[in-house]
Amino acid sequence: MADSRDRVLGNLRRALRRGTADDTAAVTVRERLAEHRPNTIPARATELSPDAQVDLFETMAEEVSATVARVASLRDVPGAVADYLAQHNLPAQLVLTPDPQLAAIPWDERPTIALREGIAGADDLVGMTGAFAGVAETGTLMLISGPDSPTRNNFLPDNHIVVLRAEQVVPTYEEGWNRLRALKTLTDGKFTMPRTVNFITGPSRTADIELKIELGAHGPRRLHILIVDDPPSD
Amino acid sequence: MQATSHAFKENAHRALGDRNLQTALGIVKRNFAGQRTAAVARMPEFERLRDEGRDIKNHVLQHLDLYLEAFEQKVVGLGGKVYWAADAAEARDHVLAICRAAGAKTVTKGKSMIAEEIGINDHLEQHGIAPIETDLGEYIIQLRRETPSHIIAPAIHLIKGQVEETFREAHTQLDPARPLAEARQLCDEARALLRPKFLAADVGITGANFLVAETGSSIIVTNEGNGDLTQNLTRVHIVLTSIEKIVPTLEDVSTLLRLLARSATGQEFSTYTTVSSGPRRAGDTDGPEEYHVVLLDNGRSAMLGTEFQDILRCIRCGACFNHCPVYGSVGGHAYGWVYGGPMGSVLTPQLIGVKEAGNLPNASTFCGRCESVCPMRIPLPKMMRHWREREFERHLQPSVYRAGLKAWAFLARNPPLYRFVTEIGAAVLGWTGRSRGRFRALPLAQGWTNDRDMPAPEGKTFMALWAERQKRRA
Amino acid sequence: MSDSASRPAIRVGLFVTCLVDLFRPSIGFAAVKLLEDAGCRVEVPDAQTCCGQPAYNSGDKADTKAIARQVMSAFTGFDYIVAPSGSCAGMLRTHYPELFADEPDFLPEVEQFAERCYELVSFLTDVLKVERVAARYNGVATYHDSCSGLRELGVRAQPRQLLRSVVGLSLKELPGADVCCGFGGTFCIKYPDISERMASDKIADAAATGADTLLAGDLGCLLNMAGKASRQGRPIRVRHVAEVLADMSGDVSPIGAPAERR
Repeated sequence: MADSRDRVLGNLRRALRRGTADDTAAVTVRERLAEHRPNTIPARATELSPDAQVDLFETMAEEVSATVARVASLRDVPGAVADYLAQHNLPAQLVLTPDPQLAAIPWDERPTIALREGIAGADDLVGMTGAFAGVAETGTLMLISGPDSPTRNNFLPDNHIVVLRAEQVVPTYEEGWNRLRALKTLTDGKFTMPRTVNFITGPSRTADIELKIELGAHGPRRLHILIVDDPPSD
Repeated sequence: MQATSHAFKENAHRALGDRNLQTALGIVKRNFAGQRTAAVARMPEFERLRDEGRDIKNHVLQHLDLYLEAFEQKVVGLGGKVYWAADAAEARDHVLAICRAAGAKTVTKGKSMIAEEIGINDHLEQHGIAPIETDLGEYIIQLRRETPSHIIAPAIHLIKGQVEETFREAHTQLDPARPLAEARQLCDEARALLRPKFLAADVGITGANFLVAETGSSIIVTNEGNGDLTQNLTRVHIVLTSIEKIVPTLEDVSTLLRLLARSATGQEFSTYTTVSSGPRRAGDTDGPEEYHVVLLDNGRSAMLGTEFQDILRCIRCGACFNHCPVYGSVGGHAYGWVYGGPMGSVLTPQLIGVKEAGNLPNASTFCGRCESVCPMRIPLPKMMRHWREREFERHLQPSVYRAGLKAWAFLARNPPLYRFVTEIGAAVLGWTGRSRGRFRALPLAQGWTNDRDMPAPEGKTFMALWAERQKRRA
Repeated sequence: MSDSASRPAIRVGLFVTCLVDLFRPSIGFAAVKLLEDAGCRVEVPDAQTCCGQPAYNSGDKADTKAIARQVMSAFTGFDYIVAPSGSCAGMLRTHYPELFADEPDFLPEVEQFAERCYELVSFLTDVLKVERVAARYNGVATYHDSCSGLRELGVRAQPRQLLRSVVGLSLKELPGADVCCGFGGTFCIKYPDISERMASDKIADAAATGADTLLAGDLGCLLNMAGKASRQGRPIRVRHVAEVLADMSGDVSPIGAPAERR
């Protein structure tokens, strides 16, 4: 195995006419990796005000068959969820990730909804998660894995409800990365990439049969995004 | 897989007579190109993004050894493992060894062209491990024991009636009365059947659209979510990928992602873009306990620094397939190996030899539509021409063709003789063809006249008529 | 056009192309007329045969270079070199420099030659600034964009612009006008059945527009399309765009149709 590594790298260096100790090339690479230099960023979202970015996020998400509801505050989430479940004839049962954002939702106002907190199983029909960010340019959710946010909850339940605060909407993927790097810097002083970052743009789909788009190929058939306009209380 | 690229002509002939295939290809032609055009029109910066995409990859290729080392170091730092495979056999060995160590009986798979390139499914089966394709298209062709005919739409050569037949044959528990005529029903059937398999599998194998050196991440881009279930529900995640997939930073990959879906399907962004970095962390309640990355070379390093280097920029979007009139006429299987379409016509001769695959770079009109849509601005026709030069140098073309070419070149280099011959040719053909204005059959040109007429020449060459005109004016 | 008469005449070398020379001299004379009407002095060097594409596209670099050198020497001294073909003009203009990229001493000379080479219609509009032609054509025409002209030389708007000035002609866009017709030089000989499929698709698209005339700027494509249309018994008239622009469509029958006079 070590042989193959040397063989492949040796081939590359020979083709590039470079020895192992080419310092200028190594410095170039080190600097390039450290600087996080953005390339061209489309103006589509960056030119908009924060409010307009949230509107763009909504429009783009709806374009790819996600549904979006805007609510004023976390207090309104249970009602919005109840409406959604009723609208789609879904049982009043939810699996929630143990996300502190979701824990702040006053569910007791809707005691009819049965809640389970934890990791989603094969039989869960409806799941709710938070999100790390929403990317306005394509209506894309950005979710990260962690103890509070198991990844499979984004994929197993047939209905995925995502709670996103309006201030989590960023214009571009690059701004999402910036926020991610900042977050990690605050916690342990050093950026470590989360195990999984999921960018989700609409519900699961396939066009593998005659290029006809069908939703719910393997992941959720429906993606419902609740945008909470109110900034979080401290 | 056993290559049939040498039999491209026969494959193509069969494909042209296959009515189901022709129906399916009609769907491809009616959809993909227009969808890409519409998506590009919505992104005013698209041409600049293409330039930058090209530049990012060129930069990476110039520093490929260093970026791979940086990537490896990051993966190891996160608790993952990296395996280097100089060729397909080594990659198969690595995968098998990981599966055996995991005690795997079944392996779920996300779509991976590298898996096709190294023939991992057959290898696992031969060693008692069942690979289960989970991408709908891949699942369908696995049941049919076919190979993908398109790098992003593997079962695009089929129409839904054929898929129904396949399911009815393979899914023995299926109620014959259950309707399966529509894509929706077929999709639901596959979903229901595959869900327990995701949950039961021991190892998940995915490919990678990109590797990020900065963070040691592998990225998959899908629409179905099968890749995510594959890598999340199993204890062991194997990323099967190749050395040229690497990009420096998350910013760079963002640029390439903006190009990928728009070029591929005309989507603004694919449904799922998943960035994976190492195995499960402390405190995580899900995610794979092991994370292995197999890096395949298989002839790629030998392209670096040659006239074929630019093909290493390819991000496998499939735009060149979708815009190629040859692919659109014969489909992907005619190409006779893993990669079809224009990118395959450039890559395949490198991977399996120009003697086997020499037909592929020849089967192009050089219309240039592939290059005009390639998000990485890969000069595909130019590289096909380079393969033809290699063939010519090695005398690999049919001797009749070569002799004809040499005779023609001799004439073309001797203008007076050329004049003499063309004047006779124009006169004879012009005189015999003048009443109808065309020939229904011509000796030595049956390839042309079997299916179309040959318009008759006017009778005199331009050069002769011009000389007459000059004489009159003098 | 009137001001160009007062300037010293532009000296244009006509690269006739091998197919026009052999099959359809009328296109060459149409090109001459268009160029002369626009105030050029047109000459036709005698030492020209072919641009070398058959050898180039077959991987025979040595013969291609020999032919290219012959072309370049035949056309020394002209202000411009013009061909009634996007494919041959593309060869001269974009591929000759690529061909000699490995001869750095000679390359500058090749580049100087290449930048003076033009496809006929784009030369008329882009260089000579011709905006309209004095021509009449009774019919509904559709226009196929030949690949090399379109993608190597950017010829797209130019023929359409001039065609719109032809009295009596109405232009209908061809869906998939940018898709290859299947000619492809040696391709149609090496892979005739794929070529035939592409030609069939093209003719079906052209017929679906309802146009009675199919125009293009490359004789190779035109022979292919006309041959397919006549085999299918389609009544569509196939012509080189220069014949229509030069008002010479009355002088010669459509491509593949019986000669009406002479």
